[in-house]
Amino acid sequence: MLSRTAENLYWLARYVERAEYIARTIDATLRVTALPAAYIGKTNEWESALLTAGVSASFYEAYAEATEQNVVEYLAFSPSNPSSIKNCIEAARLNSRSVRTALTSEMWDTINSAWIELQEVWGKGTSSREELARFLRFVQETSLRFDGSAYRTMLRNDAYWFSRLGLHLERADNTARILDVKYHVLLPEEEHVGGPLDYYQWTSILRSVSALTAYHWVYRETLKPWLIADLLILNDTLPRSLASCYSNLVRNLDQIGVAYGRQGAAQRHARGVRNRLEHSHMDDIFQHGVHEFIQEFIADNSRLGEIITRQYLI
Amino acid sequence: MAVAFDEMNGPGGDLRPAYRELSRWLKETPPDALEYRRQEAELLFRRIGITFAVYGDAEAQERLIPFDVIPRIMSAKEWAVLEKGLKQRVRALNMFLRDIYHGRDILRANIIPDDLIFQNPVFRPEMNGQSVPHDVYVHIAGIDIVRVDADNFIVLEDNARTPSGVSYMLENREIMMRLFPDLFARHRVAPVERYPDELLSALRSVAPLSASAEPTVALMTPGVYNSAYYEHSFLADKLGIELVEGRDLIVKNDEVFMRTTEGLKRVDVIYRRVDDDFLDPLTFRPDSALGVPGLMSAYAAGNITLANAVGTGIADDKAIYSYMPEIVKFYLGEEPILKNVPTWRCREPKDLAYVLDNLSELVVKEVHGSGGYGMLIGPAATKATIEAFRDKLKREPEGFIAQPTLALSTCPTCTASGLAPRHVDLRPFVLTGSNHVTIVPGGLTRVALKEGSLVVNSSQGGGTKDTWILDE
Repeated sequence: MLSRTAENLYWLARYVERAEYIARTIDATLRVTALPAAYIGKTNEWESALLTAGVSASFYEAYAEATEQNVVEYLAFSPSNPSSIKNCIEAARLNSRSVRTALTSEMWDTINSAWIELQEVWGKGTSSREELARFLRFVQETSLRFDGSAYRTMLRNDAYWFSRLGLHLERADNTARILDVKYHVLLPEEEHVGGPLDYYQWTSILRSVSALTAYHWVYRETLKPWLIADLLILNDTLPRSLASCYSNLVRNLDQIGVAYGRQGAAQRHARGVRNRLEHSHMDDIFQHGVHEFIQEFIADNSRLGEIITRQYLI
Repeated sequence: MAVAFDEMNGPGGDLRPAYRELSRWLKETPPDALEYRRQEAELLFRRIGITFAVYGDAEAQERLIPFDVIPRIMSAKEWAVLEKGLKQRVRALNMFLRDIYHGRDILRANIIPDDLIFQNPVFRPEMNGQSVPHDVYVHIAGIDIVRVDADNFIVLEDNARTPSGVSYMLENREIMMRLFPDLFARHRVAPVERYPDELLSALRSVAPLSASAEPTVALMTPGVYNSAYYEHSFLADKLGIELVEGRDLIVKNDEVFMRTTEGLKRVDVIYRRVDDDFLDPLTFRPDSALGVPGLMSAYAAGNITLANAVGTGIADDKAIYSYMPEIVKFYLGEEPILKNVPTWRCREPKDLAYVLDNLSELVVKEVHGSGGYGMLIGPAATKATIEAFRDKLKREPEGFIAQPTLALSTCPTCTASGLAPRHVDLRPFVLTGSNHVTIVPGGLTRVALKEGSLVVNSSQGGGTKDTWILDE
């Protein structure tokens, strides 16, 4: 297929995944900030939402204070934030238009309808929490529909694999970012361990990756920071874990390699990252430093993106 | 101006046979049911994303072309005449283009003045003496036809460069079949859906000699911001070929390749929807970012077929148009089946004098204009506009032609105040392959939605209708 088509599919999947992730982040933050002050102390959860979205620096160029209204506006609707939900959906729609021939009609319909709804219903943003909640649900449903229609209707060929590569790469990056911002609440030696603040922080981490129920099924325990870290980093059965993302990345790259009769740096690099995850234990990671581990992972992950681009997309 | 011929009600209100069933159906169908279907159709168009872009209209970057749910119907007999005339005309167009870029018999026979060719900005000296595969220049022609009475179809314009609108012909039919299955069941409508197959086989048939037995065809678009981008992606999809932009292509050793995830892949035929000027920055506009450097040298080497060929603009020039009857006679030795609109060439002093005297009754068009821009519709213009045009004409007479305002036929159309007659034209699409000329039965009917208006262009607020050719 055309390199440009593959590139567009790859980015299309990334944009949709990112929009959903930002929506989840806002959603999780809203829940924490709705708690009485006694539970959450004086921390500003909106600041940490900006950090997990990776847009803290650019936010403060435009706004003085991380209030709920400012942050929601910036993360969800701001045209000047390239990763705002609105921009993600618009970019996804533009990419879809350029690769319509590679999309199934269900995928196109999902993106195009979302784009129309975005213009018509959400053009002015939201003015109440209720509306915001509806908007966030709309974004998450769009992503679910898109993902589901891709899964159900696409031919299993390179078009599918390249879009999956985008999805898993973005998802791995998102999960890693949450961990990176929140790693301090996962550290056992931190003060106030097990206090209400930590408890709701942990809940919010799990919620932002849609893994709160999964946690209980997997561990059958109360929330414990190292188990949360284990779930999100090493547990291959959780779709948003780093390990699961890399199993998928390795598989999709192998599928492309087999179809094209040729392997390359992307396959080798992805396998390297997956092997490291496979052979890691939470104890070692804590000893080595969660923060350092995650930082390395984020760098490795974005390197994979660069290698894929060089090998296939340009 | 005479009273327009209504295609349904005929002269004097006699219901014409092709519309008998539709008329009966319209009587049974309550108006709000029609309105409901119209809204449904609009929703479908929006969701599918069947839009076009209007240049210089930042507000509405993508617009829907209004769709009228009342079909325009023609009998098989009427179509048979049209079909024959269109094929004849396109055959002549191709022979004319071949001649202009080679022997130029028609100039030596003094049928067309030399300067109309050589001083014409759309004439491409680069194509002199260059052979194109199978001598086909216009692979896809969109011939604009108007009807003036029961018996006469008249050609308004020959679009021989990159005519658009065929996606609307196909989508209009799809949507009509979805919304009005019962109405189809009561008619025998000739299908148009084989157009993409016909197009692909025509394109394959004109592959260069150096192509493999399974030639690779690609559709080249200027990109997502082009006004007809929807059509480009729609056609590429229906044909099952890659939709490429200039940046996806590269020329090596006079061969054209696409950049793919598996490396370079040779392309043999390009259905290009990019104008000549932008095709190759090494030959044409150096500032073109849409083109492919070296494409013209691959073309000259005979390693790529461009459809339509480079330089076909000379055949759809409005000044050349007025010679089409002579062109048909000259190359085919036949009388033209389809008439031209009588045309005054303002470059000729006698014609100019007549035009200046009768401006308020004529339509004056720029020779190189398109899309309904820059024209004067005398009967509808203010005095001041007419005077402004008179000055333009005197200053640059060779830039204009003039035609009488035709009484374009009307068809019943949904309007805010119920069904009413509106003026229509028709653009059938004629395909030419290595040894055959084909047309699917029908075309794109464009309709002027404003009462009394003769302007059917989508960029000027016109709409479209499904066009039905009834099988006997």
